[in-house]
Amino acid sequence: MWQSATVRTSLGFIALAIACAFFADFQISTQAPWQELGRLMLGLVMPDFLAVDFLGEALLRTLAFAFVGVGLGAFTGLLLALVFHSAWVRTGCAFVRAIHELFWALIFLQFFGLHPLTGVLAIAIPYAGIFAKVYAEILDETDPQPARVLPQGSGRVSGLAFTRLSQAWPHLVNYTSYRLECGLRSSAVLGFVGMPTLGYYLESAFAQGLYGSVGALLILFYVLIATLKLWVRPRLLPFYLLAAPFLLGSGLPIVWSNVSRFFTQDIVPTPLRNGEGISGLMTWLLDLMTTQALPGIWNTLLLTQIALVITGTLAMMLFPLISRHFTGRISGTLGHVALVVMRSTPEYLLAFILLQLWGPSMLPAVVALALHNGGIIAHLVGQRSNQLTLRQDAPRGLDRYAYEVAPRVYGPFLALLFYRWEIIMRETAILGILGIATLGFYVDSAIQEIRFDRALVLILITALLNIGVDILARRLRSRLRLRHTATSEP
Amino acid sequence: MIKGLMLAFAVLLAPSLASAETFVFTAIPDEDETRLQQRFQKVADYLAEELEVDVRFVPVKSYAAAVTAFRNNQVQLAWFGGLSGVQAREHVPGSRALAQGVEDAEFVTYFIAHESTGLQEGEGLSDAMRDMTFTFGSKGSTSGRLMPEYYLREHFGEAPEETFSRVGFSGNHSRTASLVASGAYQLGALNYTVWENEVAAGNIDTDRVNVVWETPQYPDYQWTIRGDVDERFGDGFADRVQQALLDMDDPELLDSFPRSGFIPASNDDYAVIREVGQELGLLD
Repeated sequence: MWQSATVRTSLGFIALAIACAFFADFQISTQAPWQELGRLMLGLVMPDFLAVDFLGEALLRTLAFAFVGVGLGAFTGLLLALVFHSAWVRTGCAFVRAIHELFWALIFLQFFGLHPLTGVLAIAIPYAGIFAKVYAEILDETDPQPARVLPQGSGRVSGLAFTRLSQAWPHLVNYTSYRLECGLRSSAVLGFVGMPTLGYYLESAFAQGLYGSVGALLILFYVLIATLKLWVRPRLLPFYLLAAPFLLGSGLPIVWSNVSRFFTQDIVPTPLRNGEGISGLMTWLLDLMTTQALPGIWNTLLLTQIALVITGTLAMMLFPLISRHFTGRISGTLGHVALVVMRSTPEYLLAFILLQLWGPSMLPAVVALALHNGGIIAHLVGQRSNQLTLRQDAPRGLDRYAYEVAPRVYGPFLALLFYRWEIIMRETAILGILGIATLGFYVDSAIQEIRFDRALVLILITALLNIGVDILARRLRSRLRLRHTATSEP
Repeated sequence: MIKGLMLAFAVLLAPSLASAETFVFTAIPDEDETRLQQRFQKVADYLAEELEVDVRFVPVKSYAAAVTAFRNNQVQLAWFGGLSGVQAREHVPGSRALAQGVEDAEFVTYFIAHESTGLQEGEGLSDAMRDMTFTFGSKGSTSGRLMPEYYLREHFGEAPEETFSRVGFSGNHSRTASLVASGAYQLGALNYTVWENEVAAGNIDTDRVNVVWETPQYPDYQWTIRGDVDERFGDGFADRVQQALLDMDDPELLDSFPRSGFIPASNDDYAVIREVGQELGLLD
């Protein structure tokens, strides 16, 4: 067993996470954390649907931003997928998707301000990068034979439509609808920076201790996501896409001169703006690196590695909840509901809630990341386990888990976990906005000080870090020969 | 679908006609949102009546967002703190401080402590505070961050991160009060008017928290207006806004701030805030 590369890699990750845990801060600093949690639970059990006259608006705007953002992202992504063989397009897409939606929103807020375009682009741009990559992979996996037998002189567009697109269509639709669910989460979270979506109202309600309203908002959000399949029908989609732009709200008008000011002044490093030349720039960069970037990177890495291992552990523990080898009809349904709630709650929102309850430390962040991502991976591993056929005389209970199912799903599980690695790191960085000293904390500080030159450098560093982890994860996947297909991606 | 998206984009980019001549203002989100919304909606109604233009209040989520909206000309007037006002006027040439509350000329910060610390009321900054946990308000706050940090550095001769075992940013003054009251942080620093407001409203259990120190006085909140409003809303508009603010005498309106009245202010009144901001590296 010790010779297995998979086992050694897993143990290496666990050892690293334990080492990281020695440096991390996991203190619960509030005096009555469980009392607050109790109040929140009470709010969930007895939600106050009447007190929130803005409930309808919150949901409508959340939907509108998700539809317009994901729609625009999918359309652009599809076009980019067709030219994805170009190294420029690939690099560009890797770059835009390495920057979190909230960071994009913070950038656009500086020149579009509280205009709906800020929220729409914050979703559309990173999503276009993700769509381009996954669509391209899906198209690559189609059978090339039909395209070869096309008659001479067939147009490129019709050739594409009748060969590769038509084959890949079900996968494309599947993936896009999954992304719509992600878009709803992103849209909700954008409220925390001022877009009129769910997060906006949730933050206010929390700040004022209105747990009844918090409960109502959360429950409606879960219902919205759980019923997605019921109301998002292919036939209704054009209608939604047409209506959504009109439902974004008006915000404040854009002043276009701000855009050029942002690019020609705001983001130019201060020493260059003041004519201090290259030496001034070097001092400025060095100072930024030592006082902000390096501590930020350190904490981001620490938190990522711990969260990754706990996510994995949780996923391996929870997948039996929806696996037919371990559950009956009723317990399976309950398990399903539990996992839906876990994965529907965006990490940011969960971390925000836990921070209110436990006070600031890495603990709320780790728990939030592990619950959300663990929920997603457990769901996918559970589905995978349902495809296994066990022998008639296979053992039951713990033996079945340890000797029959777990070893068979471990490969796919690791592949999924490595895929999530980059996502976990991206989220870790963003959780800094809530006050945990990861890179996002310093980005937020720079923005609060109206120093976009610094903010941008820090955002670029975050993006590079994410790209680095993505490359590392891909290397590991191929070294361990973990099969990985586009359609299995969460 | 492509057509739909194009249309969507066109709609998005179309300027909103209704807001073309609306005078828009904002305020730094230094307190509970419901309270701010009520207060500034009243101010909006009052200004609309006095100035005979449409006036709209826009709430924002952070101090920086207030400064950015002002800078981007998406709002023309704002109720800023000392530091955010200096930041805003620095970025918008021609903008000026119009009026401040009577109390703002001699503002102070309260340092508060949870009873479990054993610190006595009015005890002052002391070495007993070392290694306790401490929270500021917003990162961009004058009374919740800038001035308390300045006095902490002066007293302890080091960065707050070194003095205390944990330093946080609660987000706003109301939250600082409730975090220290709940014991989530042992110490905190906040705007004294918010503290007194919260105590008067019965939101704070004064048996569990008390004020251990109050800083020397410094200038704080003010109304700041953009320099180009006269071009847009007619000659003398900024002066009319100033007069309307100074004339505000409805006790209910003033109580909601709470201020006893408004007096004229100028950019130079805030030179000291600027210097402290530069000293702490928050301003260039």
